[in-house]
Amino acid sequence: MTLLDFQLADSKTNLLDGLASHAGNTPLLPLRRVTLRQAQGGALGLPPRVKIFAKAEWFNPGGSVKDRPALNIIQNALANGDLGSGKRLLDSTSGNMGISYATFGAAIGIPVTLAIPASASPERLTLLRALGAEIILTDPSEGSDGAILAARQLAEDNPDLYWYANQYGNPANWQAHYLSTGPEIFAQTNGQVTHFVAGLGTSGTLMGTGRYLRERLPNVKIISMQPDAAFHGLEGLKHMPSAIRPGIYDESFAGSNLEVRTEAAHEMTLRLAREEGLFVGISSGAAAVAALEIASQLDEGVVVTIFPDAGYKYLSDKALWESPLPKGEG
Amino acid sequence: MRERLNMSILKIPTPLRSYTNGQAEVTVNGGTVASAMTSLIEQYPALKPHLFSEGGDLRAFVNLFLGEHNIKDLQGLETPLGESDRLILIPSIAGG
Repeated sequence: MTLLDFQLADSKTNLLDGLASHAGNTPLLPLRRVTLRQAQGGALGLPPRVKIFAKAEWFNPGGSVKDRPALNIIQNALANGDLGSGKRLLDSTSGNMGISYATFGAAIGIPVTLAIPASASPERLTLLRALGAEIILTDPSEGSDGAILAARQLAEDNPDLYWYANQYGNPANWQAHYLSTGPEIFAQTNGQVTHFVAGLGTSGTLMGTGRYLRERLPNVKIISMQPDAAFHGLEGLKHMPSAIRPGIYDESFAGSNLEVRTEAAHEMTLRLAREEGLFVGISSGAAAVAALEIASQLDEGVVVTIFPDAGYKYLSDKALWESPLPKGEG
Repeated sequence: MRERLNMSILKIPTPLRSYTNGQAEVTVNGGTVASAMTSLIEQYPALKPHLFSEGGDLRAFVNLFLGEHNIKDLQGLETPLGESDRLILIPSIAGG
């Protein structure tokens, strides 16, 4: 054999796309023991014909669900000439979207600038710096909205330097989920998903996946989930009534909305680690709380939710992970 | 003789300002972080369920920073506050 004959064993590996060809197609994992535990508790037993599954989005190359919109936003911007001529990609982020931009930006050769609250966890900031992103720290007491306003201002002041990706208003965000997450869930459940539950951040996951599923399955129930109060500990999730409303969010789209209390999500995050072996982030815990609540009301059905990322970026919150018992306060 | 109170500034994050009549900063009776929080709740009782559990403990996700340091890495609620100290309540980072 000569090198001219070289061929990778995995024919799915695309030498031109590299990392990008490995975004999406994440596993759909069943939740088994956290549901059994509830049945033994007597309060919320699940009937045998009710199943709950979660998309394990930390299997994406950048470590979160945000690889999907980040990649689609970058590819669209390259296709229409917004990027690729030397401009820096600029956006605000709570962490994961920034990590995905920085990952694919490094792989493709697009410089990335991110506005992020200074209170972001040290893991996130270190990851972003490791990937070569330029970071602009914003006032922590202004939260994500402060970062959004800072990014908008920076883009307005320096139109020749930056292209503002605007994940909250860019249709390529929700379209990424319409093109990938939705079809994957449809295929992985053999078209039998009955309920789709998604947490609200930019709302891209809910809007894109939900639109695809509703087109294919007109009776599917779409449920949004968000924190129960303006001041909460559910990193990555938005309390819509008190935040800057994303341009891509249509409040009337979901059939119903669930609110999750921070302590309930923390407790579930620990249970997912200890009872399912799923070391996931806080927003996954919140998604599981909501999915279980929906499932507990059914006689039969297939409930699918999204677990956006793994727990690694939250390790500095030692009080959460080292808790000997679930911390819920009821 | 009237005891001189040790006053500190507590910075309120955007999501909680609807409970402080829009105030971004509140002057509190300091001494320690615990007394500052008690003073805050006395002035704005509607904040209490957002910051404290029914059992009266500070909710686990509530992060208070003194300068660059989270009070969880200092002496917790017993962290002393000086006259010119500014205590900042930090919201979690939402969305994307």
